[in-house]
Amino acid sequence: MGSSSSSQHHFAFQNAEKAFKAAALIQRWYRRYMARLEMRRRCTWNIFQSIEYAGQQDQVKLHDFFSYLVDHFTPTSHHERDFLNRMFTEERFAQDVETEKGGDYESIEVPDSYTGPHLSFPLLPDHATALVEAFRLRQQLHARYVLSLLYETRKHLVQLPNINRISTCYSEEITVCGDLHGQLDDLIFIFYKNGLPSPERAYVFNGDFVDRGKDSVEVLMVLFAFMLVYPKEFHLNRGNHEDHLVNLRYGFTKEVMQKYKIHGKKILRTLQDVFCWLPLATLVDEKVLVLHGGVSDRTDLELLAKVDRHKIVSTLRCKMRKESENREEQKRKINQTSSGQRPTPWFLPQSRSLPSSPCHLGSGLKAHKACRSCSIPCGSLDHKEQQSRQMRRSVDLELERCRQQAGFPGIEEKAADCDADAGESLEPTPEEWKQVVDILWSDPMAQEGCKANTIRGGGCYFGPDVTEKLLEKYKLQFLIRSHECKPEGYEFCHNRKVLTIFSASNYYEVGSNRGAYVKLGPALIPHIVQYQANKTTHRLTMRQRISRVEESALRALRQNLFAHSSDLLVEFKKHDASESGVVTLSDWAVAVESVLHLGLPWRMLRPQLVNSSGDNVLEYKSWLESLAKEQLSRENIQSSLLEKLYRNRSNLETIFRIIDSDHSGFISLDEFRQTWKLFSSHMNIDITDDNICDLARSIDFNKDGHIDINEFLEAFRLVEQSCSEGHASACLQSTDTPKNGQSSPGAC
Amino acid sequence: MAEEKEREEVIVAEYHKKIKDAFEVFDHETNNTVDVREIGTIIRSLGCCPTEGELHDFIAEVEEEEPTGYIRYEKFLPVMTKALLERKYRPIAEDVLLRAFEVLDPAKRGILTKEELVKYMTEEGEPFSQEEMEEMLSAAIDPESNAINYRDYITMMVIDEN
Repeated sequence: MGSSSSSQHHFAFQNAEKAFKAAALIQRWYRRYMARLEMRRRCTWNIFQSIEYAGQQDQVKLHDFFSYLVDHFTPTSHHERDFLNRMFTEERFAQDVETEKGGDYESIEVPDSYTGPHLSFPLLPDHATALVEAFRLRQQLHARYVLSLLYETRKHLVQLPNINRISTCYSEEITVCGDLHGQLDDLIFIFYKNGLPSPERAYVFNGDFVDRGKDSVEVLMVLFAFMLVYPKEFHLNRGNHEDHLVNLRYGFTKEVMQKYKIHGKKILRTLQDVFCWLPLATLVDEKVLVLHGGVSDRTDLELLAKVDRHKIVSTLRCKMRKESENREEQKRKINQTSSGQRPTPWFLPQSRSLPSSPCHLGSGLKAHKACRSCSIPCGSLDHKEQQSRQMRRSVDLELERCRQQAGFPGIEEKAADCDADAGESLEPTPEEWKQVVDILWSDPMAQEGCKANTIRGGGCYFGPDVTEKLLEKYKLQFLIRSHECKPEGYEFCHNRKVLTIFSASNYYEVGSNRGAYVKLGPALIPHIVQYQANKTTHRLTMRQRISRVEESALRALRQNLFAHSSDLLVEFKKHDASESGVVTLSDWAVAVESVLHLGLPWRMLRPQLVNSSGDNVLEYKSWLESLAKEQLSRENIQSSLLEKLYRNRSNLETIFRIIDSDHSGFISLDEFRQTWKLFSSHMNIDITDDNICDLARSIDFNKDGHIDINEFLEAFRLVEQSCSEGHASACLQSTDTPKNGQSSPGAC
Repeated sequence: MAEEKEREEVIVAEYHKKIKDAFEVFDHETNNTVDVREIGTIIRSLGCCPTEGELHDFIAEVEEEEPTGYIRYEKFLPVMTKALLERKYRPIAEDVLLRAFEVLDPAKRGILTKEELVKYMTEEGEPFSQEEMEEMLSAAIDPESNAINYRDYITMMVIDEN
């Protein structure tokens, strides 16, 4: 009996041990599976981010292009010079006077057939709520109400300080939201989940309300409406996307013109003004600083509080604001003379607020050094070019001085004279400008110190020591900022002294990330709420979610690869000295990175991008061909031409929109040819005039010799599509694009 | 001998590249460090399948004397390379996995109920966290039967991996 019981025990023990081991094995296997999923998720995220930031760097390349034109291009005809002038000067917003008066919307009639919401001022809470509801039902606000809302908004904003001070005494809880980027669904969700704004429920929206998403207009209208209704409890900070130059590229300008075909121009003009009146930061209980980007080691809150924030029209370019028609007229006259004077380029940073001392050769260089964190790529031009450029500018200034002393009006000095009446200079000093750029563009980093943010092309990376010093200097507890998309919608760093809050869920793709907002009570303890404004994601397992987002990222990556086919071919050939037509997979990874510079783990991604034959080599030519086949629908067009257009599409689109100064969506065939000629010479693309004409003919442009920008770009799938689910990457399209220029949802 | 040495060098070079790539995915600041909490993911994505205990030992080997929460690449690389060369932490074959499930299902029903799975995964071996358990259940459990057909489950996961 004893032995059987002990053998029973033994048996039981063995069983238990077996079960233990079996469980451990299953867990071990499962954890590995999950780790590999996590790796995929992380790689996907890196893909999206690197492509996004590479796009921002494109802005820098665009600037290079314009600089190149200024430096190297000598217009050979009056015609060409005029064309260039249009690119360089902000002629389009010449009627600034109207903006100030604010009375011109009254002439806009609202037809009886209009079924959207009506607004009357002063706005009541019900109006604002009704507006949200109307937008939820996909109604569009009439241009007249848009404009009147904007004018009222401007009137309110002008009274606000640069750094808004709010307190938890009055409304007990304050909710801070991050980037929305035109995603109305997220905004509606926040109001639904957290409650509408009210005297007891204060809100701070931390910038980047527009661009990328498809409802930027509506998001703005709602935010402005609530700000007018609850001026003491509803607060907005400016983000780097509240900027008309950034909007040209990232979709807001396009959205406005599409939704408001007649009055869009006026709306954009007014918005340009409203944006620069947005406050720069919000301070809660003197302890928590809320601003869009971050800080630098030079951030000076006292200076920021005093600067005339209206002077900073765009953080991309330090330019002079034109505040009177008179000056505008003079400028135009000067530009039209055929003397050696150049039009004042709007895109170059110029330290034009000259000190009264006569010595100026040094000031140009000093300003240059101060531009460490400006988006102007001081570092991207090579040193000699920089110096010669500085010299040239300084020489120009010197000439101006001499001219003035001799009694001739120079360009800058004339303007300065007019300002002397106003008693203040019209543009920010380089220091002021840098301070604002820093708080709108900077990102935190884990390392100590502060260095230029070369990835974004603006602002800097700031370390925990910078944060610590700033908090100490101004007796603050912590920083809340946005500007960066985070998978969970928020992230703490710098020892929990910096909180990133991002409110646009599914930003890259459905399922890519959650959104979040943070609530602060009188104790100022942050309480985070997360969400994902898309029901489909809830039904998917993590694996499915990751797969879906991954597919999207890989698609975007393959587009990118295609866009560099020629360079890739060259690079592959370098690794294939024997001309066997194959490269090793290891060499493939090296080659791809050296061309694309995306800093991605190509070896890890390789299985998703290449069908290897199994013996560790790749036939690169056929691989490139398969990429091309995926992207192109028209085999009759030279694929190398297409590829070059494709690679430069964002820049091309931006340039087109700049040329299309009346935002009609059309530029003349001639302008298109000229643009392309200039652009291709800068980019060293050898494309003959004939090629361009062939291209034009095959796309069937000719409608009175004008080109519909959208049609042109769409024909080559150069426009980034937003499908109804809000996909960020371009979808594969059918070849028949609708004639009305609207984007059709592709087979996503 | 020389040829073998050369071959090993080539292999080691390949391993180094792989390890670097995996490491860089988590090296956010591009300063050759990663958060220690990501080490498990990195190791496993390189084809290894350590237990939690083995993972802790590994981390102890690559950590600084005064743990900073970060692991430096210079310390990680040699230990990881050695692990790959020695084929430590071998992955689990499909049939071994199947047998493990069968041990937990002595009655040979072909399934485990949700309660049984939860009990084993959260009480035995190196227990799952609640998050891990929920995630596994979401994919594994057939909502109609409230059980996991482990054969099908394994097949599905294996296909998905490849």
